[in-house]
Amino acid sequence: MINVVTQAKLWYWQRLSAMVLALCVVSHLAMIVYASRGGLTAAEILARTRGNAPFAAFYSVFVAACAIHVPIGLKSIAVEWLRWRERSASIAAAIIALALLVMGFRAVYAIFV
Amino acid sequence: MNEPLYAAIWRGKTNGSFSTYEVPRHESQTVLDVVTYVQRHLDPTLAYRFACRVGMCGSCAMSVNGTPRWTCRTHVAKVVRGNTVRIAPLAHLPIIRDLVTDMREFFDKWTRAKGDFVGTRTRRDDFARVAPNSPERTAADAGVECIGCGVCYAACDVVGWRADFLGPAALNRAWTLVNDARDVGGRIRLRAVAGDAGCHACHTQGSCTQWCPKQLAPTAAIAGLKRATAKAAVRGEL
Ligand code: SF4
Ligand code: SF4
Ligand code: FES
Repeated sequence: MINVVTQAKLWYWQRLSAMVLALCVVSHLAMIVYASRGGLTAAEILARTRGNAPFAAFYSVFVAACAIHVPIGLKSIAVEWLRWRERSASIAAAIIALALLVMGFRAVYAIFV
Repeated sequence: MNEPLYAAIWRGKTNGSFSTYEVPRHESQTVLDVVTYVQRHLDPTLAYRFACRVGMCGSCAMSVNGTPRWTCRTHVAKVVRGNTVRIAPLAHLPIIRDLVTDMREFFDKWTRAKGDFVGTRTRRDDFARVAPNSPERTAADAGVECIGCGVCYAACDVVGWRADFLGPAALNRAWTLVNDARDVGGRIRLRAVAGDAGCHACHTQGSCTQWCPKQLAPTAAIAGLKRATAKAAVRGEL
């Protein structure tokens, strides 16, 4: 069992990231619906996102919030439902966090540069 | 009203079974009345608990048609299915015999959650003055009428699958003390209720709040503990 201070902090981070995600997901969906009204091509998308710093910043925040929120939740599910030990669940969660960060920032980089 | 009522009552220990008794129906009859009738007129060996019969002592809780209830304040008319009621001991507690459960673990968890008041004043000090409408007093008020019946504990799925989970009643008690301006046990208590055996195991599904006969909201109390422990943790005060 990990100590209670860490658990309380994890809860705090998950709560915080959930609030950020709520805003990000809504904005993300609204943006998709708005931008694709009249059809959209890859070239058109890139034309808008390349060098667009606010856009990249928004998605960087989105990626970070995912990388915090998802692994904490998955860890809890693994421990409670799959009866994994705390330690193995934490390691798996750390790997997933890293994977989300790498994949997410790679995507942000790809549309920005 | 003249139709008989069939009460299927749990007999024995964990590996017992239901026995069915035919009981006359009355207006405003409670589930506790039914159990008492069976014990007085049909089978004096039936074991069950009650004391006040008016919803104050918290000793008469049983599982009625699968739902935890205070039986002295539960009318048969409200819970009967067809003409049968199924009465079993409260879930999540060891069965001693028939409808009597062993409540020790339930109350031991109150102690583990630091549910005892820690004060500093003596009889020579003046009374503490607590503003009745302060947010802390309001929060404590919301949970303070608990009668320790164990209904919430029996209703909570997390209690069922995590033996060490402190459960809604103990956590609700801790929250009333966290909000008690006179209490000085804060930090130790917050540590005791944090983590996987404490407030962080709760799924916020609200079965405890749905079934608490005193209409308390342990779910809200636990959410308060989650906020309080998180605040303390990030400040390095947990
Ligand atoms: S809200 Fe929490 S304490 Fe209440 S029944 Fe659900 S899991 Fe148990
Ligand atoms: S919180 Fe409600 S259901 Fe739980 S023990 Fe107290 S009175 Fe009973
Ligand atoms: S007998 Fe006291 S609460 Fe039911």
